[in-house]
Amino acid sequence: MTLPLLMFFLLAALAVAGAVSLILARHPIRSALSLIVVMVALAGLYLLLGAEFVAMVQIIVYAGAIMVLFVLVIMLLNAGEEERTNLSRLAGPPGLLLAGALAAFLVTAAARSGQFIAAGGSEAPSGAVSTRALSGLLFREFVFPFELTSFLILVAILGALVLAQRENS
Amino acid sequence: MSFFSQHPFLVAALIKSALLLFIVLTTLAYLTWFERKVIAHIQSRWGPYRVGPHGLLQPLADGLKFLFKEDPTPAGVDRLVYFLAPFLALTLGLTSIAVIPFGPEPLRISGYETHLGIADLNVGLLALFAITALGVYGIALAGWSSNSKYSLLGGLRSSAQMISYELSLTMSVVGVILMAGSFSLREIIEAQAGRSAWGLLPAWNLLAGPFPQILGFLCYFVSAVAETNRAPFDLPEAESELVAGFHTEYASFKFAMFFMSEYANMITVSCLATILFLGGWLSPFPATPLWSWTHYLPSVLLAGFGLLVLWDGLRYTTLLGKIVLPGLGTVFCVLAGVFAAVPGVNHFIQGPFWFLLKVFIILFVYVWLRATLPRLRYDQLMAIGWKLLLPASIVNVIVTSFAILKWGAR
Repeated sequence: MTLPLLMFFLLAALAVAGAVSLILARHPIRSALSLIVVMVALAGLYLLLGAEFVAMVQIIVYAGAIMVLFVLVIMLLNAGEEERTNLSRLAGPPGLLLAGALAAFLVTAAARSGQFIAAGGSEAPSGAVSTRALSGLLFREFVFPFELTSFLILVAILGALVLAQRENS
Repeated sequence: MSFFSQHPFLVAALIKSALLLFIVLTTLAYLTWFERKVIAHIQSRWGPYRVGPHGLLQPLADGLKFLFKEDPTPAGVDRLVYFLAPFLALTLGLTSIAVIPFGPEPLRISGYETHLGIADLNVGLLALFAITALGVYGIALAGWSSNSKYSLLGGLRSSAQMISYELSLTMSVVGVILMAGSFSLREIIEAQAGRSAWGLLPAWNLLAGPFPQILGFLCYFVSAVAETNRAPFDLPEAESELVAGFHTEYASFKFAMFFMSEYANMITVSCLATILFLGGWLSPFPATPLWSWTHYLPSVLLAGFGLLVLWDGLRYTTLLGKIVLPGLGTVFCVLAGVFAAVPGVNHFIQGPFWFLLKVFIILFVYVWLRATLPRLRYDQLMAIGWKLLLPASIVNVIVTSFAILKWGAR
């Protein structure tokens, strides 16, 4: 049990626990906090894989900006605890069955993937991918999708501005 | 002993973390003393002077007060989040000091070599911004969980202010990253070595390079003051507004944790400003043999300070002051003598001395701002963040990029 393997299991357990708590928590703030725990655990897993830039950006953008907006909206709307209606209680057992089926499917797929990797699939990256290499890819080979994505975000911002203005007038 | 020889890195990291934690917590406490004294003298009064000589035991008295005060939990709070918020604020505030490098020379103890500073990540700058980004949660969750309208509004205002100024904070640093070509804090400092302006000025990022980062430094400093919720941007926690903002319902030790986290953020931001713009541990004097006398400046300054404390202590009014202050002064003088006499030690302390001096100057400017400037109204605050600082930092990035394209990064 080397230290990276131990860290992997700890972080994975943290992510799964956060995800389960996200679904089962009754108060939206608890769900938001669990999602933040999941994001930070994922960032740790990216670090274990050697993707340092992606790990830090995951925390800055996802856990530090997007989830802050989630938390602020929950605070502003003063959302209370969820109600458990009869219908939602009825949906429990079938949901659990479906989750079990999906888990079984994923486990068999992962167990079978050993054959594909041994048969010489894609090469695993050796060590850390530097930020310089990542930015080279982003601004040379993938510059068109990159610029299109920023244009898409600009359109979203403008749409939000227009919607907010229309409600005022 | 065998555990140390098998896992030297782990043991060294643990010892360094414990030592740094102790040092940072003591510095926090005495930063509050320093602030109170400086603000008092700017306002023509004395500040704390009764609790120990020159009020030096005031932080201890405040700490004991916080420990012994009643700590009520208001009714209707969300208990988990109410207890989580100050813990989160303090932990994140203290964690960010782990990536800061304090000196260039490694410390050699019985054959083991370790650098000053706990972790030297090659995305160190991004790690600092990540921790700053997470710091908003302490305040937002504190405001929400207190089940009080003042806290909710204070928490909302404060978190909105913090996320707005985070943008210009990170953008104003991009010029420095472009000039250094790396996110690692050590490499950013090392890229600022040398001289500029025909040898007259050190090649710090503030003064040198194709485009001196003066605009970047100003944007960074103003954003940092706003990000740490300090005056003149401290409307969310001002005493005359909203009772006390997000920490209204927090008493004794939890309030102390918020208080400590604010000062820890101040220290982190000052260290970062020193590293990014003022050359970190680099001396302002050239490194030629002609200027080798400046290597004795730390000892001379420390000896001068020690003599001042000694002389003041001998004339002090209370008996405790007459004993403690001259003792402190003597210790400082002896230390200064040791530094000057042993060349190995003298070489080692050059880096940390200049680093700590620059951080001290920036902290002094922080406290000076608080004593001098009036508070900004909330809409003025947000207008400055979005309409002035963010465009200014974007312009800085564009101009720096063009300058680097034309003249190269150094």
